[in-house]
Amino acid sequence: MTITEKILARSARKSKLSPGENVWLNVDILMTHDVCGPPTINIWKKEFGNKAKIWDKKKLVILPDHYIFTSNKEANRNVKFLQEFARQEELPFFYDITQQTYKGVCHVALAEEGFNIPGTVIFGTDSHTCTSGAFGLFSTGVGNTDAAFILGTGKIWERVPETIKIIYDGALPKYLTGKDLILWLLKDITTEGANYKALEFTGSAISQLSMDERMTLTNMAIETGAINGIIAVDDITKEYLKDKVKVEYEEFKSDPDSKYFKTIKYDITKMLPIVAKPHSPDNCEVAHRLKNIKITKAYIGSCTGGKLSDFVSAAKILYGNKIKVPLFAIPATTRIEKELESTFYKMKPIKEILIEAGCTIARPSCAACLGGPEDTTGRAIDGDVVISTTNRNFPGRMGSKKSEVYLASPYTAAASAINGFITDPRDFL
Amino acid sequence: MEKIIEGKIFVLGNNIDTDQIIPAEYLVFSLTDEKESAMYGKYCLSSVPLSQSGLPEGNIPFIKKDEIKSEFDIIIAGSNFGCGSSREHAPFALNKAGVKVVIAESFARIFYRNSIDGGFLIPIECKEKIYTKCITGSIAKVDLEKYHLNINDKIYELNPLGDVLPIIEAGGLFEYARKSNMI
Ligand code: SF4
Repeated sequence: MTITEKILARSARKSKLSPGENVWLNVDILMTHDVCGPPTINIWKKEFGNKAKIWDKKKLVILPDHYIFTSNKEANRNVKFLQEFARQEELPFFYDITQQTYKGVCHVALAEEGFNIPGTVIFGTDSHTCTSGAFGLFSTGVGNTDAAFILGTGKIWERVPETIKIIYDGALPKYLTGKDLILWLLKDITTEGANYKALEFTGSAISQLSMDERMTLTNMAIETGAINGIIAVDDITKEYLKDKVKVEYEEFKSDPDSKYFKTIKYDITKMLPIVAKPHSPDNCEVAHRLKNIKITKAYIGSCTGGKLSDFVSAAKILYGNKIKVPLFAIPATTRIEKELESTFYKMKPIKEILIEAGCTIARPSCAACLGGPEDTTGRAIDGDVVISTTNRNFPGRMGSKKSEVYLASPYTAAASAINGFITDPRDFL
Repeated sequence: MEKIIEGKIFVLGNNIDTDQIIPAEYLVFSLTDEKESAMYGKYCLSSVPLSQSGLPEGNIPFIKKDEIKSEFDIIIAGSNFGCGSSREHAPFALNKAGVKVVIAESFARIFYRNSIDGGFLIPIECKEKIYTKCITGSIAKVDLEKYHLNINDKIYELNPLGDVLPIIEAGGLFEYARKSNMI
């Protein structure tokens, strides 16, 4: 069996299962945020009536992060709703935006707070819940009805997916990041290439990637249509989890005789920095062929591209340079926000490098990754042409419907911000 | 659950995403208030490029001006129907517009689940590219016992619903769970 099949079997309390089978899973963590939390809770109340009882409060994690620092009425109504609910239910894992405990973007916060326990099953009301799969666990997104069902029962049905194995081999060139690796895959298999499949990432390049970079890969698994993305536990995972996860966990690995729907192999030393053009993440072109594209804005942030390693990469390029177009730097979480001050490149804190280059640093949240209300920091306005480290560039995704979004690595985004046009970061490294 | 569904077909292409089904700007409408939730029907499929709306000719609005329900009951589409966000508003909107069945080459997973678990509509996969062979406005008959689609006496095969059939028959995940004493 593959790693995904093994984890689903454990959760379904079965010794064996195979792709195509529908099974009932026992959920280890349910995650929700400010946009889908309130409607989920409303369905739960309506369907369970007076009997409505949260199946296990220790397994419910609520992380407001989407539309939070705004004057928008409907958005604030959602946040209030969650505050009230968490108070009534005395929830242990609600990270209120008005408190010291506020975290930021849900998928990154789950990792930092030790909720990503290898071998477990995580469901979330957000399509990028697949991010957590970087920790050798099964995670995926669901709608509000499914989440409401889990909230009351701890159970949900799932169709066991077939697995596509992606092998990334070779020493990682200094100009590439996890973002380039996943965009190359999207270019090849398109946004429907892995529909309802599991994506299993392996190969010698993976073992060189930090957890931050691995999360960039699993994060964008959904962009290929996959149900989940997964990377088996190794020493780097264990090191990351050391001071975060105190319970014993199970490490699953695919059997050598596992059946795969398909195997795709890459020699990453042949890859070049790559960019996804408007309006789809699979519409890719190598960066050096896009020099003629002038940009009006650059954006480094989100669960895909707002992690510490993303800012360190950007800082390597920005060091000693000045940007020509505004660059918005939005750390995904409050922890990363602090780490920008305590992490150094050439003896200088990352934060200082960003500020000296002219970047605008804003409070941790999803911010303009999905547009958001009018007053959202970094939002695309009018005909903005944005280079962004986020994950989606559908029409209007970052704000204005007239804007155009190019998706790229933090290296490429930073290099482009310095020049004012799309730039291959090899020119700076 | 009706075993035979008859109605007019509306034909679409590949990769119909949740933004085309119901654009994000309309998500502010309440899903429970009757008057507001009718707006989901009114704006359903309003972001499909006109040339792609109602194939093979195109330029056919799914909802006529000033109406909140569609004259079409069955959607026939290509692959990856419902891709994009996890918003449950997408199958909800199709349901409000009066759609009972969507027949597509493949569905995006979250849309597929949301359709079934919310009891909004029946998503059925087909083996061939039916959307390239039929005309918007034709009358079709979907037989959910034989898994046949009949358009002008031409029969197309549909994939059986399999394990999700009991959930669809019950009318959604919660109804199914109550019926089988899970909750
Ligand atoms: S940062 Fe963007 S992709 Fe990530 S959870 Fe927030 S809105 Fe979604």
